[in-house]
Amino acid sequence: MRITVKYFASVREAIGVSSESVVCEAKTAGALRDMLIAKGTPYAEVLARGRSVRTALNQVMCEESTSLMDDCEVAFFPPVTGG
Amino acid sequence: MTSRVSVQAEDFDVSTELAKLRAGDKRVGAVCSFVGTVRDINEGDAVSELELEHYEGMTEKSLEAMIDKACVRFDIYAARIIHRIGKLKPLDQIVFVAVTSAHRHESFQACEFLMDYLKTEAPFWKKEQTPNAQESSRWVDARSSDDAAIKRWGVQ
Repeated sequence: MRITVKYFASVREAIGVSSESVVCEAKTAGALRDMLIAKGTPYAEVLARGRSVRTALNQVMCEESTSLMDDCEVAFFPPVTGG
Repeated sequence: MTSRVSVQAEDFDVSTELAKLRAGDKRVGAVCSFVGTVRDINEGDAVSELELEHYEGMTEKSLEAMIDKACVRFDIYAARIIHRIGKLKPLDQIVFVAVTSAHRHESFQACEFLMDYLKTEAPFWKKEQTPNAQESSRWVDARSSDDAAIKRWGVQ
C-alpha cells in the first residue's frame, strides 16, 4: 500500500526531507518505523528504538501498534515543545 | 461566532480576544486567560530568537479536540486558543488560552488543563537561536515536568 510519510523538527532536519511517498506492506506504525530503520542512514539513527520519537496516523497521535491503511498519512517527530 | 482555534504568525490583542469571547453572554461570571511569552534565557543560555514549526492540519485538529475535552470535563461556556508560528523574539507573545464560565473555579481549571494538554500533545516545536556563534541554533527539548503536569489530570 501507499503511505505518505511526514517528518518534523529535528527528525525532518536529520532525514533531509519533510515528506515522502512510501510503498510497503507495513501493517502497523511500528512496522513502518522498522522498515524505515532498515533503510540505514539517516533513518536508522533518527528513528532508532530508544530514541524519543512520536507517531501520528492521519494527524492524530497514535501508538506503534496502530494499524495503517492504504493512502494514509504517518508522521514521525520528536516530543512536542509548543506553548 | 469567532473560531475557537487560530494558528497564526501575527500577534494578538488580549483585550480584544477576551471581549469577543464573552460578548453578549450574560451567563458568564468568570473569564480566565493565560498568555505565554518568549523568555530571553533557556537552560542557562541567552536566547535571541525562537522559531516555531508546526504540523499544519494536525495542529488545528488537536487544539479543537483539546477544547472539546475541556468542554466535557468542565462546566465552561467558551474557550479560545491562539498559537503563533514562525520567528519570535524575547518579549513576544506566543500562546493565548482563555475560558469563560459562570464561576471562577471552572475557568481556572479548564485554562490550566488546556495549557497542560497543549504542552504535551499539540504538534509545535521550538528552535532557539543564541546571539553568539553561527552554529547556535538548537531544538528545545521536551520537559518531563510537562508530562507530569498532564498526567495529574488522569488523561494519559
